[in-house]
Amino acid sequence: MTDTVQLKRWRRPPMIKRTWLRALVWVGVPLYVALSLGSMEVNWARVIDGLPRAKEFILSFSSPDFTSRWNDIYEGIYESLVMAFASTVVGILISVPIGLGAARNLAPTPVYLVCRGIIALSRALQEIIVAILMVAIFGFGPFAGFLTLAFATIGFFAKLLAERIEDVSKSQSEAIRATGASWSQWVLYGIHPQVFPRFIGLSMYRLDINFRESAVLGIVGAGGIGATLNTAFDRYEFDTAAAIILIIIALVLMAEYTSSWLRVKVQ
Amino acid sequence: MAVKFLTDDTKKWQRHDLKTSLMIWSGWLAGLVLFVLCWQIISEATTWFFVFDAPRIAEDIFTRAMPPRWEYINELWEPLWDTFNIATIGTGIAILFGVPMAFLTANNTTPSRYIIRPLCMVFIVASRSINSLIWALLTVAILGPGVLAGVVAISLRSIGFFAKLIYEAIEEIDTTPVEAIKATGASPLQVMVYAVWPQVKAIFVGVAVFRWDVNIRHSTVLGLVGAGGIGLQLSSSLNTLAWPQVSLIILAILLTVIFSEAISARIRAHIMNK
Repeated sequence: MTDTVQLKRWRRPPMIKRTWLRALVWVGVPLYVALSLGSMEVNWARVIDGLPRAKEFILSFSSPDFTSRWNDIYEGIYESLVMAFASTVVGILISVPIGLGAARNLAPTPVYLVCRGIIALSRALQEIIVAILMVAIFGFGPFAGFLTLAFATIGFFAKLLAERIEDVSKSQSEAIRATGASWSQWVLYGIHPQVFPRFIGLSMYRLDINFRESAVLGIVGAGGIGATLNTAFDRYEFDTAAAIILIIIALVLMAEYTSSWLRVKVQ
Repeated sequence: MAVKFLTDDTKKWQRHDLKTSLMIWSGWLAGLVLFVLCWQIISEATTWFFVFDAPRIAEDIFTRAMPPRWEYINELWEPLWDTFNIATIGTGIAILFGVPMAFLTANNTTPSRYIIRPLCMVFIVASRSINSLIWALLTVAILGPGVLAGVVAISLRSIGFFAKLIYEAIEEIDTTPVEAIKATGASPLQVMVYAVWPQVKAIFVGVAVFRWDVNIRHSTVLGLVGAGGIGLQLSSSLNTLAWPQVSLIILAILLTVIFSEAISARIRAHIMNK
């Protein structure tokens, strides 16, 4: 009589626990990839034609051309920065009341619903599409871009601000209330100190996003560096494009470092 | 907390002392001045006549655009499928490149702290600073117009996003399991698979689903610069001033975006509850 010892190897637990879902993923994903790649029309001759250009583009980063289009680049970057700053300020000014209204612990239900509706609308509409409409209505130029970015800021800022307000510690805000504070005093002394560091962090983050976005609005005519960049690519002037991209990267990095420095300071 | 001494020797509570208050007020003043300057520059570049005329123009466009040309939807299914593919395949490619790059970048898993990590960092910064529409300008110039350019643009933008968020997650992992696995004599690859990966798995899924949702949004407009998807139809309808088609396309984009956000929110909520 022999005891058969079943040796069981340990296996890693699968990422998806339900067997049918796992099977579906294993079958569905390759099927989907095959289908989508099959429906993709690729002009390989054109791709091969373009490869030297890819090389040229990468090489142009070693010799970016800042000088020959400097005036256009300067004006574009300047306009982008101006648009980003102005729209962040206005966007935040509008967001604060909407954010207060969209916080469930502060606002009565009708106000809450209206404010949440505004936020949802602003988040669902994409910047570029808003920019197209703004350009059609207000004409070409940075004003359309400014409106677009301010509108986009509302959805982002008011939502995150409202979520932060909903998270505030009750004990502090109730202590202020217990002293007989009015609604505005309650918000100013009970809510504001708890929310402020996050507020500064979010503003810097949004400024950064608005600058990045302002770099593309020019493609649809809403001001900023995008128009210059678009022209540079259209003419295959890769060295100018490389220069613009390097400036954008430098500015974004600068904004990121400043904002993390400021956030540490405020907290 | 600061206290202010009044003339009659009583004390009054204040939120900030004099120095902090001055600093706060000068900060606000500097911001205000900067804003006024910016506003002036924008105002100079604006034709105010058009702005004052805007309500009339907006009403005019709205009446032209309504009702949407519903029968045009039949020409939109294919571009919508392309849009979905650009976002999904683009996200997939970005995962294939972004995850290994995260392991190469994270301080505790990188094979070389002085060569590979900085190189990856440069790529991550470049990839993240540049909007996918700008990447699309580039890929269209190189690969020619079409869906492929869109896929490559989306993945170029997303690789840096994945790599950054995942390498930060890897740097924050608990080292105990790593050492336990190492103590069994595991190879570096086995350490990654059995000790590091399980700890960042959940973050990875959350980030991937979130990025897919963002990419759906972005891929709807890539067509404006020729990179495939429904943006192509939008651009040609705009150029021919076919406003009833524009309104239908915007409606279709809106629904797609809401749909993808709902899916991504559900999956993320599911992961969080685990």
